[in-house]
Amino acid sequence: MTPKTRTIKVSALARVEGEGAIYVKVQGDRVVDVRLNIYEPPRFFEAFLRGRRFTEAPDITARICGICPVAYQMSACAAMEDACGVAVDDPLQALRRLLYCGEWIQSHALHVYMLHAPDFLGYDSVIEMARDHRQAVERGLELKQVGNELMAILGGRAVHPINVRVGGFYRAPTRGELAEVGERLRWARDAALETVRWVAGFEFPEFEQDYEFVALRQPGEYAIDRGRIVSDRGLDIAVQAYGDHFVEEHLPHSNALHSRLRAGGAYFVGPLARYSLNFDALSALAQQAARDAGLGPVCRNPFRSIIVRAVELLYACDEALRLIGQYARPDAPAHDVLPRAGTGHGATEAPRGLIYHRYTVDREGSIAEAKIVPPTSQNQGQIEADLRRLVQASLALPDDQLTWRCEQAVRNYDPCISCATHFLRLHIERG
Amino acid sequence: MAAPRRPRLAVWKFASCDGCQLALLSCERELLALAGEVEIASFLEASRAAGSGPYDLSLVEGSITTAHDAARIQHVRRVSKYLVTIGACATAGGIQALRNFADVREFIAAVYAKPEYIETLATSTPISHHVRVDFELQGCPINKLQLLEVIRACVQGRRPSIPGHSVCVECKRRGTVCVTVARGTPCLGPVTHAGCGAICPAYDRGCYGCYGPMETPNTAALSAEWQRLGVSKPALRRAFRGVNAYADAFRKASESDDT
Repeated sequence: MTPKTRTIKVSALARVEGEGAIYVKVQGDRVVDVRLNIYEPPRFFEAFLRGRRFTEAPDITARICGICPVAYQMSACAAMEDACGVAVDDPLQALRRLLYCGEWIQSHALHVYMLHAPDFLGYDSVIEMARDHRQAVERGLELKQVGNELMAILGGRAVHPINVRVGGFYRAPTRGELAEVGERLRWARDAALETVRWVAGFEFPEFEQDYEFVALRQPGEYAIDRGRIVSDRGLDIAVQAYGDHFVEEHLPHSNALHSRLRAGGAYFVGPLARYSLNFDALSALAQQAARDAGLGPVCRNPFRSIIVRAVELLYACDEALRLIGQYARPDAPAHDVLPRAGTGHGATEAPRGLIYHRYTVDREGSIAEAKIVPPTSQNQGQIEADLRRLVQASLALPDDQLTWRCEQAVRNYDPCISCATHFLRLHIERG
Repeated sequence: MAAPRRPRLAVWKFASCDGCQLALLSCERELLALAGEVEIASFLEASRAAGSGPYDLSLVEGSITTAHDAARIQHVRRVSKYLVTIGACATAGGIQALRNFADVREFIAAVYAKPEYIETLATSTPISHHVRVDFELQGCPINKLQLLEVIRACVQGRRPSIPGHSVCVECKRRGTVCVTVARGTPCLGPVTHAGCGAICPAYDRGCYGCYGPMETPNTAALSAEWQRLGVSKPALRRAFRGVNAYADAFRKASESDDT
């Protein structure tokens, strides 16, 4: 007798950035197929970057993603400076970190409150959630607004900032300008602490997984804008060695590449990985909030990522205040960067996890080759593995509940499908 | 007496970065008020609940780059009373329209191991090349205050009040000293549509045209001025071939013998 076949399909995933779908096939009591299908059309960034000036990469690659443009700008700058042999240090490095904190604040507030919390509280959207949880939603919207304001002061605007350039900035802010947003950040830090407490009260399924966590690590700081690439299984490499240790594969059902470790398999990037690898580098306030929320120094339950994101939201506010407190306006807003022939690598921590850029530039400064690996394409394999185990463990649930649980499991990763697609590759197998 | 029916709003996404939809989610304080004025009937980035059409107003983000999307935009038009494009992708084809100036087969072959698997159109085109568009809101990204004005105008059945003048007017209003006149910095402001608030000159850099062409821009005069400042023809061509490369005025300027 053929076992009964059950199919879970979500043809258009909601509350994610971009266009994706889930397909799960169950035969009898066995999950036989799981696919996270990314059908966002490819936009060919790596192709049309060829022939552009090395100085254009930050503004162009920002357009890959409207949610995390700073992650692209910072990684592109780091790679170009690496290619040209220029080191950007404090206070410009600190200003970059401050801008990045703004992006973390707005992106994490968006995901925690508007995209993820409705799953835990049983609403289709934040707008419906606001009917019963008005105060919390207003707090989330205001937190996002503070992140946007910090980005606007440093970057000119929150989406596709205009003030970032290879070598630094076009214009460095005055202490007075930063002091204004400092007032707002003090409110935001309290609100972020409230956020940690709020999400810690949600209910979480038991779902501990044995991930290999990969993130940047930099002595003395919670790595955001620089560091070595490390894992909890002994990987510890310079960014320049990325290509020796990671490999990308294309699969027929996705327009984004799947990444894996050459020496292992799927790995995990993002807040859970950063937190578990760098807990010791969080500020005392963020560490205490995490402990009070019931988290240990390592978290392996992706459903609890909403708490970890809230802890990082708190950290970003705390860190931004520290950076503003020690800020002295630099003499020049940027280092001069002259082109030279070579290849440069850059990696930073986007809100969703490790992002890697590599460019080859000729001696006139024209881009000959570009390679960009965003967090979501690295997490694809892990998302599918989670779905497989989750469905296998939850077969008793009726279809509608199981479907919602699958969607929630994808949203645990805050996937940015717009980002993930620019790599590849529409593969349609024709019979 | 029954309350009047709230107008139904839908948000659609084609090839894009999501940044213009984000403008709607970034209307932080205004978002909850807006949700009272209009029914947000379909907005996948924000909600699992997808209402069915028809819609009073459809906001369309992104450009057309696949055969499937070319068919989908026809459906959007059919179920929408007003169709408004938001951003440079939907209005001008976006940065991904740079493929329109290349041999797309070479483009694909250069990047992809198995070109035969790639299913994409040779071009990235604006929504107006496929269906009638009621209003085009320019910008990469759009300005959220302008977006709210467009939504209110459509709800009230009037034309949105979005000025078509250049970025220069915004610099004057902001009190920013002209970066070209004072420092010889090349700036696309004189030919670029207002709406951003003239941010770049206020941050000591020239405008790079992310709001696309203003109404009746004099690109020839601008090209001559840039060359007088010492900008090479290839650099000038690259300047026009940015996020609004396929907007008519910028495309013609980049293809002109003068550049």
